[in-house]
Amino acid sequence: MNTSGIARKRRWSGRAAGHAALIVSVLLFIVPVLLMLIGSLKPDERVLVEAGTIKALWPDSVSLQNYADVFRRADFARFLVNSLFITGSIVSAGLLVNSLAGYAFARLRWRGRTLLFNLVLAVMVVPFEAIAVPLFYQVSILGLRDTYVAQILPFIANAFSIFLFYSFFIGLPRELEESARVDGAGVLRTFFFIIAPNARPVFATVAILSFLTWWGSYLWPLMVTIGPGVRPLPVAIATFYTLPPLQWGDILAFGTMMVMPVLVVFVAFQRWFVRGVAASAVKG
Amino acid sequence: MRRRKALGDQTPVAWLLAGPGLLGLMLFIVLPFLLAVVLAFTNLRLGSPLPLEFVGLKQFARIVSDPGFQRALFNNLVFAMVVVPLQTGIALGLALLLNRGLRGTVVFRTLFFMPVVFPMSLVAVIWILIYAPGASGMMNAFLEMITWGAWQPRDFLRDPLLALPALMLLSVWQGAGFQMVILLAGLQSVPEELYQAAALDGAGRWQQFLHVTLPQLRNPLIFVVLVTTILAFRVFDQVQIMTRGGPQDATTVVMFETVQAAFTRQQVARACAMAVVFFLIVLFVTGLQRRLLRQQSEVA
Repeated sequence: MNTSGIARKRRWSGRAAGHAALIVSVLLFIVPVLLMLIGSLKPDERVLVEAGTIKALWPDSVSLQNYADVFRRADFARFLVNSLFITGSIVSAGLLVNSLAGYAFARLRWRGRTLLFNLVLAVMVVPFEAIAVPLFYQVSILGLRDTYVAQILPFIANAFSIFLFYSFFIGLPRELEESARVDGAGVLRTFFFIIAPNARPVFATVAILSFLTWWGSYLWPLMVTIGPGVRPLPVAIATFYTLPPLQWGDILAFGTMMVMPVLVVFVAFQRWFVRGVAASAVKG
Repeated sequence: MRRRKALGDQTPVAWLLAGPGLLGLMLFIVLPFLLAVVLAFTNLRLGSPLPLEFVGLKQFARIVSDPGFQRALFNNLVFAMVVVPLQTGIALGLALLLNRGLRGTVVFRTLFFMPVVFPMSLVAVIWILIYAPGASGMMNAFLEMITWGAWQPRDFLRDPLLALPALMLLSVWQGAGFQMVILLAGLQSVPEELYQAAALDGAGRWQQFLHVTLPQLRNPLIFVVLVTTILAFRVFDQVQIMTRGGPQDATTVVMFETVQAAFTRQQVARACAMAVVFFLIVLFVTGLQRRLLRQQSEVA
């Protein structure tokens, strides 16, 4: 009884230490986020002055003036629509194109399958940065600089997405297709009505991973966009930061508005985000 | 009849399904990649009066002897050597803490993962404010507080010694949550019986960690380490927004040099040669990963 009491006490102190470590780490982790959220509500000139004090995280007064200023000083709505349109197009078209390809590699018998699948695996190794410059010249020659097309079309087909779909489809039971075949359904029908509804987790994984990749993409839009017309948010905030006069409150309000929609979706679907990221590693 | 057809060749419909994806990969990855390899052996420079010609390995010789590019490679390497162990260590620590089933685990996990949904360009802008020079800057004030006033305020992003570590820190902040989630999934798939068996053999907490947890986490750890290594060579956004490679090349990286060559100096061929070198580095790291993972499956 005595020993179990000690063990219990030790377990309790272990728990307390674990909780303390977690709370300290979380506080350090969320400081930059709080600095952004709270700074966006403060008068511009106070943000920098108070950044080194507790007032950085605890404002005296709160106002939405900075948010109004962002809309006055920049075409925020346009950048948001650009980002949503570009990322939405890549993700939705990518889900269709890559799932079909993954299915063909996983479940159909055809000539060239092995060779082409090895090509997909090889392409997976090429990071975007290695081809950014030649791709830029390719796009320029086609006269596609400063367009949506240049920001969407090259990224729809994705080797890693094909691979994720392939890995998932290959693990589905064969009976799914056999029952469909008995009913006389063709390949496309089988895919859309039998396979896809049974593959929601992999669709969610690919959607989340490609969304995170392209929503935050900076290098490529920096290269191909010229004016604000088709410019997405990541480039827009870097430009807004350099727009004189330096108004930190406005910049942080811009940042808050830029990340808020994603943050809301993330909190609502955080289980899916976590599962999606974890799945990318297991399959990789 | 139908059954025999179903078992037979499905080439036409397979091409229909895989065609768009394969076409995209060919046009937007394979083609530009081949273009980069070919151009790297030429003297192409936009607006140059010289005729286009094949120059062999001259571009590669040039970039290898270019101090800016050497410094960039060195910085990428330092970045990888610091960020990879630091970020993996933090991620593993957080994952272990979260795996203990303490109350509020989901909330903590959500908060640690939150920076992952922040675009790097936004992270860079926020951290410019954090690194503001002078005693009122947040990082300066924090360091002063934890050193009981011994810290003298510095201008992090214009300090040749501190600029690169400053960039590393925010990269760790943004990336640790991603790794943590992967490691946590790995931890959760370790069979409980292994720990029970180890405890029966008299293994303490630390021994259980060394002899059960770490070997079981081998594959997720290899994955996380190599993905982060590759990311350390892909670094660009933070450098472009926060320091532009400065001060005195202290934060220049391979991608920054490539973009400079391509867009500031219009040296297409040289930029392509840099891209090829960059690709070879990534290929080497990936090969290492595949090799390590294969060894594992042979042992198992």
